Amino acid sequence: MEKTKLVMVGNGMAGVRALEELLKLAPDLYDITVFGAEPHANYNRILLSPVLAGEMTLQDIMLNDVDWYAANNITLHLNKKITKIDRVARKVVAADGMEVPYDRLLLATGSNPFMLPVPGVKLDGVITYRDIQDTNAMIAAATQYKNAVVIGGGLLGLEAANGLKLRGMNVTVVHLMEWLMERQLDRTAAGMLQKTLEAKGLEFKLKTQTSEIVGSAEGGKAGRVTALRFKDGSEIPADLVVMAVGIRPNTDLAEAAGLYCNRGIVVSDTMQTYDPRIYAVGECVAHRGTAYGLVAPLFDMAKVCANHLANFGIGRYQGSTLSTKLKVTGVDLFSAGDFSGGGDTEEILFNDAIGGVYKKLVLRDDKLVGCVLYGDTVDGSWYFQMLRDKQNLHELRDHLMFGQSHLGNAGHQGQNKAASMADSAEVCGCNGVCKGTIVKAIKEQGLFTLDDVRKHTKASSSCGSCTGLVEQILSSTVGGAYQPAEAKNKPMCACTDHTHEETRKVLVEQKLKTIPAVMAFMEWKTPNGCASCRPALNYYLLCAWPREYKDDGQSRFINERAHANIQKDGTYSVIPRLWGGSTSSAELRRIADVVDKYKIPTVKVTGGQRIDLLGVKKEDLPGVWRDLDMPSGHAYAKALRTVKTCVGSEWCRFGVQDSTQMGIDLEKDLWRMYAPHKVKLAVSGCPRNCAESGIKDVGVIGVESGWEIYIAGNGGIKTEVAQFLCKVKTREEVLEYAGAFLQLYREEARYLDRTVHYVARVGLDYVKSNIVDDAGKRKELYARLRFSLQGEPDPWRERAAGVEAREFEMLEA
Amino acid sequence: MSAVMKPERTAVWTRVCRLEEIPQLGARVVKSAHGNIAVFRNAADEVFALLDKCPHKGGPLSQGIVFGRKVACPLHNWNIGLDDGNAVAPDHGCARTFASKLEDGSVFIDFE
Repeated sequence: MEKTKLVMVGNGMAGVRALEELLKLAPDLYDITVFGAEPHANYNRILLSPVLAGEMTLQDIMLNDVDWYAANNITLHLNKKITKIDRVARKVVAADGMEVPYDRLLLATGSNPFMLPVPGVKLDGVITYRDIQDTNAMIAAATQYKNAVVIGGGLLGLEAANGLKLRGMNVTVVHLMEWLMERQLDRTAAGMLQKTLEAKGLEFKLKTQTSEIVGSAEGGKAGRVTALRFKDGSEIPADLVVMAVGIRPNTDLAEAAGLYCNRGIVVSDTMQTYDPRIYAVGECVAHRGTAYGLVAPLFDMAKVCANHLANFGIGRYQGSTLSTKLKVTGVDLFSAGDFSGGGDTEEILFNDAIGGVYKKLVLRDDKLVGCVLYGDTVDGSWYFQMLRDKQNLHELRDHLMFGQSHLGNAGHQGQNKAASMADSAEVCGCNGVCKGTIVKAIKEQGLFTLDDVRKHTKASSSCGSCTGLVEQILSSTVGGAYQPAEAKNKPMCACTDHTHEETRKVLVEQKLKTIPAVMAFMEWKTPNGCASCRPALNYYLLCAWPREYKDDGQSRFINERAHANIQKDGTYSVIPRLWGGSTSSAELRRIADVVDKYKIPTVKVTGGQRIDLLGVKKEDLPGVWRDLDMPSGHAYAKALRTVKTCVGSEWCRFGVQDSTQMGIDLEKDLWRMYAPHKVKLAVSGCPRNCAESGIKDVGVIGVESGWEIYIAGNGGIKTEVAQFLCKVKTREEVLEYAGAFLQLYREEARYLDRTVHYVARVGLDYVKSNIVDDAGKRKELYARLRFSLQGEPDPWRERAAGVEAREFEMLEA
Repeated sequence: MSAVMKPERTAVWTRVCRLEEIPQLGARVVKSAHGNIAVFRNAADEVFALLDKCPHKGGPLSQGIVFGRKVACPLHNWNIGLDDGNAVAPDHGCARTFASKLEDGSVFIDFE
C-alpha cells in the first residue's frame, strides 16, 4: 500500500521539530518531502547571535544535517522555493516547475524581517538580521567597514549590535521608543541594560526616528550606504545598517492559495488552517490572534501538530506564556509574563543599582503574573514555572524574592550558578555527570528538554536535586529555546497523555479495578505500560479499592515483590520490625541464630533504629523470615517504614512524655500502610527532640501539656524542616491526626512524591483545613485509613508459610 | 582467506518448565553452565531467555518489571529488549540471548 504523502514547505526549526515529533509517534505513517528555500539543512536560528559574536561556528548550531533527513527517509529539496499550492489537484509547485503531490501539507514558511518604509532601503549595506546569509554579510562587513548602525533596540537588534561591536565596528543603536526592549523590560531594567552595553562601547540614540538612509549614487545605480538621517535633520555616518524592527509572518504562499490569513496563517488549536488537509506551524501562524516570534511556543505547536498528523488527535495548542533571555555574554536578563504591573497587581522589588542587580516580581491575587530579572537570573526558570502553573504563593511570598536556593534547593554543594561553573564541575552527584558532558550532549544531540538531557546523560535522573542546575545549563546552552515543563499538566509517562491526577480521578469515577481495565479505558499507548506507570497504577488502585483490589506483584518493583531490598550483587537485605526501636533478648537471640544459620555476611544498625541483615540469598528469604518470626519492617517498600523514638519520660530525666510508647502505638496503628512513597515518623519525649522529629513525614514532639505534630519534613537529599501542623492533648488525638494526614497524602499525592512534595504543592493551609479545622473530614480520613489497613496481612508471615513460593525458587532444567 | 564459517549446529532443546510456572509479565531463573539464565513470559505469552546479567552493572534482569518486549533492570532501570538483548537507546549494551521456544505448553531453551 502506498503511504500517505506529507509535504512540508519551509525547513526551519518549527517545521523540522514537528517532523521529529511525528517520527517519534508514527515513524512509518508518511512518505515525507521537505522544501527549504535556504541552501542549509535545519540549524538553530536562535544561536545566530553567538555565531555573529564569534562564540560559535555554523557547525555548532546545526540541528539536523542532510544525513538526518536521509536516515529518516525524508526527501529533502534545498534551495528550492515553492511558489504555488494547487489545493484542488493537491500539489505544490516549485519555482523551477517541479510538482509534488500531497495528502497532507505542512506550512512552516516562517517570517520575513520588516523593512522600514524609508528612502534608501535598497542601498548596498542595508540588511536585515534573519538567517545565515545575513550573519555572514555582517561578518564580512565588519572586516571592511567601520561604522554600523542597528535600527531597533529589541532583543534581536541588541544581539546584532553586540556581535558587530565584538567584531570591531563602531556601533550605534537607534530606537524609536523611550527605552530598550520595551516589550520585555521595564524602564529601570532597561536603564541598567543600557549602562552595561554602553560600558561595552555601544552607543544609543533613543526616541529617534529614522527618516532616510543616505547613500552614494553611482551612475544612477544605487551605491553603498554612507549615513543615516533622522527626523530632526541630524545625521550619523553608517557603512552598514541592520534593520531589526520586527518580523512579519510569511503568508504569501498561503494567501495566494486562498487560505484565510490575518496577520499570519490562521490556525485552529490543532494547527490546521481553514483547509483541514493543510497544517501550519511556526512564525507564519496566527493562533487565537497571536503570532509568536520566540522558539518555545513554536515547539509547543510542533508537538500538537505532530500529534494530530499521527492520528492521535489528543493534543491541543492553547497559546503560550512567553519568557525571554538576552543572549549577550556578560548580560544576565530574564523577563516573563506581564511585567509592567499597575492596576490590581502588586510588586515586589529588589534594586541594587551599584551591584547591578534588579528584580521585579509582579503578583495578582497571590499569583505570579510577571517578572523581570537583571544581573541575577538564576531563579528565572523557577519563577517562570510558578507563573505558568499559576501557583498560589501566599505562603512563599516572604521568601519569594530571595529565590529557590533560599528555600534550600541549591543542589549538593550549594552550586546554583550554572553559567559560572567550570566544565569539569560535577552537576549530578548521583550519576557523576559534569557540566561539560551535559553541554556537549545538548549541542551534539540537539537536546531541548529536561527529559532529553536526563535520558542522554542521566544528569538529574536519579534523586533530582540538581534539576534546577541542569535546567539552567539547558537554558544557557540553547537560549530561549528552553522552556521549563509545565509541572501541572505533565503526563504520567510516555505511555499516556493523562496526568497522575486525571488517572486517579478516572479510575475512581469509572470504577476501574484492574491495571488492564485502566489502560484500556484511558487508551494507554503501550500494551502493558512501563516500569514507571505500572507501579503507580498498582498503588492508585490499591488506595482506591482497599480490601478489594488484587495486588499485582508483577507491577511492583522487585523489592516490593520479594519483600526485601535488592543489593548491588543481587542478594537481599532483611530488616525486621522493632516496634518504636525497642527489642528484647529473645528477638536478639533469634536474629543472631538466623545470621549464623544462613551465613549472613553483614549485620548493621540502621539509621531508623533497626537491625539490617545484608547479603541474604533470595532462596533463603522465606526461611530467614520463618526463623526470625518477627514482623516485616517494610524497609523495602513505599510504605510505613520506621517510627524512631527517644527513650522518653520512662527513663530520661528531661522527658515529659512517654515517647517510646507513643512511637510503638503509632507504628502499630500505621503498620502495613502502603503509600505513594516511603513514610517515616519520629516521636520525641521533650523539645530537645533527640528522635529528630523535625525531618520526618510526621514528627511528634512531647511537651508538658501534650504533643506537637509536625508534617512534611525530610532528611534525605534535600533536608526539609517539617512544618507545624497543630498541638493536641491525647494519645488518641495523635493517632487520629497523624493517620488522617497520611491518608490525605495517600489519596492525593502523585506516586513517588514524598509528603514534602505533596504539601509543597497543595499548601499547608489546605492540609490544615482538612485535618485541623474540619473534624468531620479528619475523622472520615482516619476511618478510611483504618478500613484499608484492617486485615492487611504481614507479607513475611504469609511467605514464610508458602505464599508465592515460586518467586523464591529457581527452576531445575 | 575466506571468512571462517560458523559450523552449523542443530539446536539442543532442554525443557525447563511449563508456561504457567512463569508468571505473566514476569520471569524465572534457571541455572546453566553459562550462569543464571532468566526466562521471561510477556503479556502475549511469548517466552524469551537472556543471561541474567544486565550489560550495565550485572543486575539480575529476571527481577525487573516486564512490559511489551522489554524488561527494566531492577538496579538502574536500563531497559533491555527481550528479543535481542539490546539496551534501549540512549544506553548501549547487549545481554546474551538464548534461543527459546514454547511447545505444547512447555518452555524449551537451547543452552548452546
